[in-house]
Amino acid sequence: MGWIGDTVDSIKSIQIRQLLTQAVSLGGYLFLHMSKDPIRAGEIVVFNVDGREIPIVHRVIKVHERQDTGEVEVLTKGDNNYGDDRLLYAQGQLWLQRHHIMGRAVGFLPYVGWVTIIMTEKPIIKYILIGALGLLVITSKD
Amino acid sequence: MHSFGYRANALLTFSVTILALMCAMASLSDNLNSPSPTSQIQILNINWFQKQPHGNDEVSLTMNITADLQSLFTWNTKQVFVFVAAEYETPKNSLNQVSLWDAIIPTKEHANFWIQTANKYRFVDQGSNLRGKEFNLTLHWHVMPKTGKMFADKIVMSGYRLPEEYR
Repeated sequence: MGWIGDTVDSIKSIQIRQLLTQAVSLGGYLFLHMSKDPIRAGEIVVFNVDGREIPIVHRVIKVHERQDTGEVEVLTKGDNNYGDDRLLYAQGQLWLQRHHIMGRAVGFLPYVGWVTIIMTEKPIIKYILIGALGLLVITSKD
Repeated sequence: MHSFGYRANALLTFSVTILALMCAMASLSDNLNSPSPTSQIQILNINWFQKQPHGNDEVSLTMNITADLQSLFTWNTKQVFVFVAAEYETPKNSLNQVSLWDAIIPTKEHANFWIQTANKYRFVDQGSNLRGKEFNLTLHWHVMPKTGKMFADKIVMSGYRLPEEYR
């Protein structure tokens, strides 16, 4: 169990825009938490699809939990998308299982991720910042 | 200790700390709100009810959904996501939750609503267990804050039952 802070950077923001255009604006910082609690409809989960490196943050719309094993099959969908995520899953995959899911979104801080976004979009700013910091270190009196 | 660099750093650290503190207080203020939402769902018609070629039962139904979710909104509320799910048990699955309809409620004024609609998402079983099946309809809401913790709850309405025969 652990807290993972996940910055919404420019690439991830595409998925975020699909999910929650009005809710999680660009530059927001999403708090994720993974617990042993069963996955239920309505929860916003972060998952990886085999073969894709960028995780997707979408809502669970269907849950089927087995009597015998307790294992669960879920279907997700971005709130603002027309269709569910089956097009995003791997070829032939209809459901997500627990091992695909990295965490649940539990909270949100707006604007905090902007620093990362600016530095990714305009690398020159990153160099200026590092240069200025380096200069500060060199010129400081002690 | 009085250089521009040190002072700028101190100022920046202080501002970020204050910002985080304000976000935390805004989020905590949501706990002072005690919401009292209400809802009713009526099934008006079973449009059709078939076993699909892949072997799974599927049903299409028209519902009348009324809800008053105004008490969920605080000044820290960005929007409320609401959805209706059918919940039932089968021999193979201890729990099945199938979302039938959802909507985003942007403001308090939109939160007292009435809608008549067919299910937005397909009500498909894993298997062929739906004939005569008793199920609950639950209205879930997820409150997305402007900042801080999201919270969610639901109203469970029981007593619904699918037809004994396909139609």
